[in-house]
Amino acid sequence: MAKSLISIRDFTKEEILHVLETAREFEQNREQKFLEGKVIASLFFEPSTRTRLSFETAINRLGAKVIGFSDATNTSQSKGETLKDTIKMVDNYVDMIVMRHPLEGSSRYASEVARVPVVNAGDGANQHPSQTLLDLYSILQTQGTLEGLTINMVGDLKYGRTTHSLLQAMSHFNPKFVFTAPEELKMPREYKDFLDKSGIEYIETDSLDAYLNDCDILYMTRVQQERFTDPMEYERVKDVYTLNAAMLENVRDNMKILHPLPRVTEIDQDVDETKYAYYFKQAENGLYVRMAIISYLLGYRPLK
Amino acid sequence: MSHKELVVSALENGTVLDHIPAEYVYKALDLLDLKDVESQITIGINLASKLHGKKGIIKIADKFFEDEDLNKLALIAPKATVNVIRDFKVVEKKTLETPAEVIGIARCKNPKCVTNHQPIKTKFATIQDNDKISLKCHYCEKISSIKHAL
Repeated sequence: MAKSLISIRDFTKEEILHVLETAREFEQNREQKFLEGKVIASLFFEPSTRTRLSFETAINRLGAKVIGFSDATNTSQSKGETLKDTIKMVDNYVDMIVMRHPLEGSSRYASEVARVPVVNAGDGANQHPSQTLLDLYSILQTQGTLEGLTINMVGDLKYGRTTHSLLQAMSHFNPKFVFTAPEELKMPREYKDFLDKSGIEYIETDSLDAYLNDCDILYMTRVQQERFTDPMEYERVKDVYTLNAAMLENVRDNMKILHPLPRVTEIDQDVDETKYAYYFKQAENGLYVRMAIISYLLGYRPLK
Repeated sequence: MSHKELVVSALENGTVLDHIPAEYVYKALDLLDLKDVESQITIGINLASKLHGKKGIIKIADKFFEDEDLNKLALIAPKATVNVIRDFKVVEKKTLETPAEVIGIARCKNPKCVTNHQPIKTKFATIQDNDKISLKCHYCEKISSIKHAL
């Protein structure tokens, strides 16, 4: 079984730092076509614009070709083919599989069925490790270090997989956390247990103002309607936080605002022009980080 | 003869599973796959127990188990005892060890887990927190309680 990237916990601290280092190389020089002649499958069983375009751009910039689909309705999955058979078939053709699937655990399963490396581009509400790595890269680039930072996570901390994975990845680097969420969307018990066991400090609040001026990274998230099973609960909390430029008067000078995008109402447009806004650059960083992940898993940028 | 021996008759050869929480007796029969056993099986439920209040007991004649199979019982009855009987005598007493992995027998409680939609053998890591055992799905990484998963 080839080395795959399914969950952020599949990577050691050393591997995480190596991928971030490699991403830096690609940011400085994005024209490196050393994967010419390779073919990579991009299997999106669930629609996604941002992640799919970012991965496919990364593949193209490395010189490889992409095959795949962006919607499962026109595939044999709709005829009742099992995921195993689809993966087995594609596995015969390509050098790597990038996949997104609405079922949780589907990428792990695919990596056990496939001979080539599998990169999880999101399995339902479970994991999205390339997002986590680009978040880490954005933190590293803006703060100059990953060590000892205070990270304020805001919004949907219950269903938001990006915050869960980021929390796990940051645990290597002695962070402090602030969890800003309404009662209904608080950080789940299992992640707080994990922090307790790792000896990492965290504070919980439902007020965005409370710790806004005491963090290095403000990690905003969207309240995702598609994750709610109870529509009433969604209506109650969808517009709970809105950050605007006036609120940023006394924040730390080095503070940067991250957001996995797309945003809806949680960040006002007037924040975009401030020096604290980093979310568009963060999305760009996804390209370099994905180029680094692909190069590493295919053995072109091995650990030293 | 003591009162206890009157309630559940003695076994010549076989295995006695004792101190099973009363509510898990049916589940224990399931886990040990005893449906097709042809020899005599005696089941006691809601027997008085000093340890548990009410306990269950299962006696299976002429049947001896591998440790690996018995250890599945630890998931629902960590304090169960196993007596191996030969010629009316207890020749071995076994205590159960919680298995590190549970393969095939449990079900993930997460409705969006791939194992609930595709023909995949389930696989869990057991997590032990004091007396409580729960199962972490190898695929979707969600935690199911024993009550939900078995």
